[in-house]
Amino acid sequence: MLSFAFKRLLAAIPTLLVLITLAFFMMRLAPGGPFDLEKPVPPEVRANLDAAYGLDKPLIIQYANYLGDVLQGDLGPSFQYVDYTVNELIAQGFPVSLKLGISAMIVAVLFGSMFGMIAAMRQNTVSDYGVMTVAMTGISIPNFVVAPLLILGFAVGLGWLPAGGWNGGAWQNIVLPVVALALPQVAYVARIMRGSMIEVLRSNYLRTARAKGLPVRQVILRHALKPAFLPVLSYLGPATAGIITGSVVMEQIFSIPGLGRFFVQGALNRDYTLVLGVVIFYGALIIGFNFLVDLLYSVLDPKVRAQ
Amino acid sequence: MLLTVNNLGVRFTTEDGMVDAVNGLDFSLDAGATLGIVGESGSGKSQTALAIMGLLASNGQTTGSIRFKGKELVGAGQRAMNKIRGAHIGMIFQDPMTSLNPYLKISTQMAEVLIRHRGMGKREAVQESIKMLDAVRIPDAKNRVNRYPHEFSGGMRQRVMIAMTLLTRPELLIADEPTTALDVTVQAQILDLLSDLRDEFGVAIIMITHDLGVVADLCDEVLVLYGGQIMEQAQARSLFKGPTHPYTRGLLDSIPSLDSEHQSELVAIPGNPPDLLHLPPGCPFEARCAWRHEPCPTQRPMLVGVEGESHHRRACHAAVAEVRPS
Repeated sequence: MLSFAFKRLLAAIPTLLVLITLAFFMMRLAPGGPFDLEKPVPPEVRANLDAAYGLDKPLIIQYANYLGDVLQGDLGPSFQYVDYTVNELIAQGFPVSLKLGISAMIVAVLFGSMFGMIAAMRQNTVSDYGVMTVAMTGISIPNFVVAPLLILGFAVGLGWLPAGGWNGGAWQNIVLPVVALALPQVAYVARIMRGSMIEVLRSNYLRTARAKGLPVRQVILRHALKPAFLPVLSYLGPATAGIITGSVVMEQIFSIPGLGRFFVQGALNRDYTLVLGVVIFYGALIIGFNFLVDLLYSVLDPKVRAQ
Repeated sequence: MLLTVNNLGVRFTTEDGMVDAVNGLDFSLDAGATLGIVGESGSGKSQTALAIMGLLASNGQTTGSIRFKGKELVGAGQRAMNKIRGAHIGMIFQDPMTSLNPYLKISTQMAEVLIRHRGMGKREAVQESIKMLDAVRIPDAKNRVNRYPHEFSGGMRQRVMIAMTLLTRPELLIADEPTTALDVTVQAQILDLLSDLRDEFGVAIIMITHDLGVVADLCDEVLVLYGGQIMEQAQARSLFKGPTHPYTRGLLDSIPSLDSEHQSELVAIPGNPPDLLHLPPGCPFEARCAWRHEPCPTQRPMLVGVEGESHHRRACHAAVAEVRPS
């Protein structure tokens, strides 16, 4: 168990290294730079700026320097937000994004599993087809379409909820972005849960449980829920990635001061260090979360645990 | 009578039409007795068992009457059945590898039966479970009760299944091909175990099998099923001594014998099991029968007693003397 965890952590190092390298050079391939403004700065000032941020050195040296800094946990200064380091910006934006992301994740798992279970237990009935149709719609419509529609309906039309802003994370401000963010994930989880639950319901060990005279509730909760949930658990890694990319768009649409907004602003302004910092941070987060999912998997599945 | 089954029918509604898996079965079972139900796949033997348990697939429907200790089970609700299943009627299944929940400890799976039906506390229930595991001869039961199913071999898992079913001391145990998935040596052990436990606990057993050897070992009475209908019903001894139905005769003849020197080829019943979607109006075995008579394709033979023998019934148009081996 411990050696498994250690091996997994070790395997994360090359992944991160590839991620950093790719992100670094792709960022530099993009035309323009952080100081190419509409009104060009005088050449002397420009030379000073480049020197101050190390942009005058050969690219490979810059890469080596950056790598060295990252290894020490320093993501460098932001080019755009003067006087702020990227570490500080992440520390500022991440709690907001985290709250948004975790809420969306909880909604996705809770409602997705519930809907999937209902569909499976009433297989081929109206409720099953209803849930699956809604799920297909949720998967098909991208959330940057859903979000404006939600705003139009609930904020502009009914006036129940604010159209945007964070307001310190008040629940009224969270509802719409979380719904838009979670919707496709709810749909995916529901589909996975339905499939695995149907399989479990047909299994021999479930027939045994029923032959023991256990009431339906106990058969489902004790015997079926755990095995049916395992595929959903494996999906949580990719779901995290989906929610993170989704939140980049959602934060933009709902004007939420999270990490996604910094990322978009940084990309537009060629804020090299900020974009790289966010990419590395999110990359590490996804790797870490996948690792956590694997650990959880082994806790739930005795056969995996034994290996 | 512990169990009385009258005119039992099991019908499935499928996309291709109605399938009558079981058709007009009559039989009964005394407390502590052992009944063998024999037939090839598709003969309706497993569906008969599931119908008694009330565990048919959702597209299946039971008709007729199943009375257990005087209580009608056909049409009984799930709540009522849950008081009987596991408490008074236990069932073990063909594939011990997949019949236990792989995600739960043996202790949990066994104890929940006693907690449910006997109102025991968890600790007491686990103690009882250990005792029962000892009774089915699982070594080191005290420690192994805390293991997961994948840590047991197939034979051991079937022992666990048997122990789990016997925890509540049911009056009836339905064993659906309990040894089919096991090695031959393990098969013999499990059969020995079942026979010992029957004597020890006084439990009646319905043994569903396609293996006549199992029947000979264990059963008092035998029901031979084909196409969801009873072909022959007799005391095990008289069935083996003098089968009166062509199908039973075919089954017995197809058992290879070590004694016969010249008979080197394996004997089989020609043809295939009937298509339950399109059962002929007459005898379901007619197409494969070597003793075919005029009425066979059109008239379903009645199940009638064999003259001069008690507890021996057959459904065949051919005369007893014709079919019975000399």
